[in-house]
This record gives sequence, structure tokens and C-alpha cells, in this order.
Amino acid sequence: MRTRITDALKSGKILISDGAWGTILQLNGLQPGECPELWNITHPEQVRAIAESYIAAGADLVETNSFGGSCFKLEHFGLAGRVTELNEAAARLSREAAGNDKWVIGSVGPTGKMLVMSDVTEEELYDAFKTQAIALEKGGADAICIETMSDPDEARIAIKAAKENTGLEVICTFTFDAAGENNFYTMMGLTPAQAAQAAQAAGADVIGSNCGNGIANMIKIVEQLREAAPDIPVMVQANAGLPEMKDGKTVYPESPEHMAGFVPEIIRAGANIIGGCCGTTPAHIEAIHKTIKNGRLTK
Amino acid sequence: MEDLLNKLHNCVEFGKTDINSPYPPDRKGQKGALEYTQELLEKGASPTNIMELALIPAMNKVGRKFSENKVFVPQMLLSAKAMNVSVHLLKPYFRTGELKRKGVFIIGTVFGDLHDIGKNLVAMMVEGAGWEVVDLGVDVKPEKFTEALRQHPGAVVGLSALLTTTMVNMKPVVDAIKAESPATKIIVGGAPLSSGYAFSIGADGYGKNPQENVLWLNAIGYAK
Repeated sequence: MRTRITDALKSGKILISDGAWGTILQLNGLQPGECPELWNITHPEQVRAIAESYIAAGADLVETNSFGGSCFKLEHFGLAGRVTELNEAAARLSREAAGNDKWVIGSVGPTGKMLVMSDVTEEELYDAFKTQAIALEKGGADAICIETMSDPDEARIAIKAAKENTGLEVICTFTFDAAGENNFYTMMGLTPAQAAQAAQAAGADVIGSNCGNGIANMIKIVEQLREAAPDIPVMVQANAGLPEMKDGKTVYPESPEHMAGFVPEIIRAGANIIGGCCGTTPAHIEAIHKTIKNGRLTK
Repeated sequence: MEDLLNKLHNCVEFGKTDINSPYPPDRKGQKGALEYTQELLEKGASPTNIMELALIPAMNKVGRKFSENKVFVPQMLLSAKAMNVSVHLLKPYFRTGELKRKGVFIIGTVFGDLHDIGKNLVAMMVEGAGWEVVDLGVDVKPEKFTEALRQHPGAVVGLSALLTTTMVNMKPVVDAIKAESPATKIIVGGAPLSSGYAFSIGADGYGKNPQENVLWLNAIGYAK
């Protein structure tokens, strides 16, 4: 039986999270223009199989197919009225794969609405995140994973909505672009240090960095997160690099072995949970898993 | 007049749209791009001067600061919004021919992708640089691009995608456009792209950021 994620990390244990969902759904036949979250209802076996494949590869935490599950994203598909149903199903499918021993972290992505442009009010954002978080909890999630954030205000509102309306732990990761050797910014101009402070101040239990442009950058990003927030657990989920075209096919350049090779340095920089984002597969998670035994680096 | 042009330039550079706009917070209650453009037109300023001495240089400056990581998306959106209210007031002069467009730019986020922030930003920047912009919106299929091209022969096309999962949909759009009109120039942009990727799918240009997109457009515009 599992403890809280942060309790498990307290002993210094390293946990492994899962890899990509979106790119795997596409490999399994999700078509452009289709709503990924609707697959929780129309293709439940295939969604559950993704979670199962990551658990089999050695993931301790598995996400849910709910990244675009806010009413603002679902309304593009005419599904804004089905937030609760689709998110609850997402969490339930991952829970079925995870059993009682592994953690399910409920994915919550950005809404695509910008407060600064008056696209949306703070109250509307709060309500959207609240509805999504409650549904993920109901479906069996252990934590809410607010991810790929770039705006400190949207992140803060999402964290508060999850903390104030569920009993779950809250993870919040940001996506940073590299601007020169040592400088990283989110799309909205947030540095890792500012992001760490904003997420921690809003009440996040775990902070981190996801997506981005390759695993090598994660070392410095983790160092900067750590420096600003020494005591909070850090999660890293890197892309397998930026996609390239090869022989008419889109490929992700970073192999499982390449990514796994960076794990020791990222852990030493201060990461506590490590997994993948776009372009990573169960093979990547398996390779990462091999670098860690009983929650410790093997070398 | 010069003072008013400078004030308009300043409003666009710092994203002050109109007197009621809450941004930037330290300019609450002050006049914005809307009011200064109205004053300029009332006092008989030429629309060409408004474009060339205030709007275009102000947006260039913002674009440059963006390329140098001195400002980010929010500031740039506010600047683009401020510029847009001004350009809107100049629209009648484009219709009468007193102001000339540099060309037509058709832009859209490719099918399967619903993100519009980057696309909107580029659209506003390009409009501010003096182009007519035809915005096809998000989730745009190849047919819609080719149809828009038939309505605007000679237009340049911009494709946007935010996700690693949707950037792959750019190639079918490029292929469809080039099959129908091989001479059409296409520029692509979006967070997960690289110049290598852009050229490998047959695009003519890669807009690393909105400013580079504008510079590329102006370069090919003048080359015509």
C-alpha cells in the first residue's frame, strides 16, 4: 500500500514517473483533430494499456490522459460539459493500471487562456481547475500534476484550486526554453528560480520542469530550481529532444540510453522524481529505471 | 506633432492600449495608443507618418527586445494589442489607397492544433509591419489554406503549431500549397520547431520568433 508521495521521498528515495502520453496516443491511432481525452470513454482499453506499459517499464508514478481536460480545452471539441466524466474516467483507467502500490498523478495542462489579455478572469480559471481536480480525485488520483505551465498566475490559481478543493498532493511543473548557456525562461518570461518560488508560495508539494528541448538542459534547470527552493521535492520529465524529420517520418532524437545517461547528473543536481515527456516511450522509462535500484542510483 | 508621435510610439512599446486599460499597472488612467492616434488624425497627421514614425519602429523595438529575452509574450501581446487599436483607426486610409500594404500574409494554426497565442502574436506583428493579414484561425486544414490563396494570389503563407504532436501536420499543408502553387512562399514557426525541421518539410522560411518572421517577410516583400 502506498504512502503519500512526499513521505516516500523523505527518506531520500528516487521515484520514477512515466513518459509521453500524447505521442503514444498518436502512434496508437489518435487522429489530428480528435480529442485525446474523449478516448477515455471511446478507447478505454488503449488508454489503460499506456498506463500499464509504463508501470511494466518500472514507473512508480503514472499520469492520466487528462492534460487537455479543462473546460477551456474541451470546449474546442464541444465537450465542455463533460469535464467531470472525462477526467474521472482518466484517473480511473490509470488507477486500474497502477493497482494499490503505484501512484496516479492526475494531469492538468494550461488552459490556453491568458489573464493578461483579459481572455478569462481569475475566478473562471479557478472554477475550471477546481472542477477538473475534483473529478481526478474522484477517479482515484493520488496527486494533481499541474504541468507545462508558463504563467505564474495561472499556475498559482491551479495549485490553489487543487489544494483547496481536494485532499490530494499537488505537483506543479513548468516548461523552460533555453536562451543561451545558463538562462532559461518560460514562454511568459519566468526563470526557474521565479517559477520555484511562485509554485512553492502557492502551496505546491512538488515542483519541477517538464517538456522543453532535451534532457541535457534539465541539469542546470534543476540546479536553479534547487537553489531557489532547497527543501521541496523536484520532478523532471524531459522530452526526448525536439522532433526531426527523417525519411518522411517524425523522430525524436534522444534514445533511451542517451536520456538514461543523464539521470545520475540530474539526480545529483537535486531531482527526486524523474520521467519523460513528448517522444519518450516505455523503453525510455525502462532505461531510466535501470539506473536506479531500490530508490538509489546504481552508480 | 512629433511629440504626439513619440507618445504613440511609447504607448505601443510599453503596451498601453487605451485610457481604460489596466496595463501596464503604473499607467492606470493615462492616455493610450487609441487616444493618441485619434489626436494625431484630428490634427491632420498623415497615416503614413503614424505607421512609419510610430507604429512600425515601436513594434520593431518590441520585437528586438523579445529576441533578446528582455521582454516576453505578455508584454509583446500588450504591445501588439496597443498597435492593433491604432492600425484599426488607419484602416480607412488603406481602403482609399493613401496607405499601401506591403503584401498579403495568410496565417493559421495547422489542423489538429488549437493553440492561438503564437499565431495571434505573429499576425499582430505582421499587421503592424504594414501587411494585410488574413487570419484563418486554428485547426486549419490544407484545403482552407489553398482556398485562401486562390482568393489572395501572391500572398505569403505562415503556419503555426505549438505541439510536438501537431507540428507533423505542417508537412501536408506545405505539400498541398506547393502542389497547387509552387511559387508561394511559406514560413513556419512554433515552440517545438527548429530551422532544420522547417526546411526538411519544404518550408521557405523559419520564424524562430515573431520578429524574425517579420524580418523575413519584409526581406522577401522587397525582393518582389
